[in-house]
Amino acid sequence: MRVPILKLHNYLLISVQVELDDQTALQFQEDLLSKIHKEGSTGVVIDLTSVEMIDSFIAKVLGEVVEMSNLMGAKVVLTGIQPAVAITLIDMGIKLEEVPTALDLEQGLEKLQQELEG
Amino acid sequence: MSSQSCVEVHTEWGIVSARQAGRNKAKEIGFGNVDQARITTAISELARNIYLYAEKGEICIGEVSEMGGAGVKKGLQITAKDVGPGIDNIREVMADGFTTSGGLGAGLPGVKRLMDHFDIESTSGEGTTITAIKWLR
Ligand SMILES: Nc1ncnc2c1ncn2[C@@H]1O[C@H](COP(=O)(O)OP(=O)(O)OP(=O)(O)O)[C@@H](O)[C@H]1O
Ligand SMILES: [Mg+2]
Repeated sequence: MRVPILKLHNYLLISVQVELDDQTALQFQEDLLSKIHKEGSTGVVIDLTSVEMIDSFIAKVLGEVVEMSNLMGAKVVLTGIQPAVAITLIDMGIKLEEVPTALDLEQGLEKLQQELEG
Repeated sequence: MSSQSCVEVHTEWGIVSARQAGRNKAKEIGFGNVDQARITTAISELARNIYLYAEKGEICIGEVSEMGGAGVKKGLQITAKDVGPGIDNIREVMADGFTTSGGLGAGLPGVKRLMDHFDIESTSGEGTTITAIKWLR
């Protein structure tokens, strides 16, 4: 299973619609980084509306994706984190520190624009 | 325990099956969205630990009940069992951030906080059994 990555101007848009097993998550990490490199993208929005669970492994992969993308010069915004997922992450003591988040894809794009201009 | 079903874990797919089984059982018992996510996440952590550190084992999920002050309480019990290397120092692995695999070290302490009851039994060289319960409120 692969997570599809869409290109919109200088941005990449990802809506995670599949159950994130370990292999899929790692493949996504790799795919996204090579796409940023290939397209010279400056911003990435990862929408997690359909994700029903984030455990420590997925959280670590997501955190790394953000950090690696930043290193490559692309800002990442995470959107659509479900309340139940947010609560679980806090219970687990997992902090996605310094990761910009927004309510939905639209606001995520706005946030990217602000971050890149500001 | 009235009914218990077990999922074998020795591949990454076993991790996915275990958490799906857990979510279904949690729904069946009547847990809300947030507790379903807590239970599924706890199972995912325990299943991944089995896969990573013991290679194989099993996750059993069942409904439990207990007489309480306000009548009968229902809950979901997770049992994660392996005959892997075991854990030498349980205090150490229960500390936030402790990891031997470059992980976040959030798994076991996280499971303890996600669930209402948490018990770990482990003998070095013989294996580990972890039991956790979430009560329906
Ligand atoms: N079933 C097990 N058998 C043997 N050792 C285990 C088992 N489960 C956990 N451990 C040990 O306990 C440590 C802590 O586990 P924990 O799940 O808290 O963190 P982690 O797996 O290292 O990282 P994370 O879960 O955040 O990805 C592990 O690194 C491992 O050394
Ligand atoms: Mg773990």
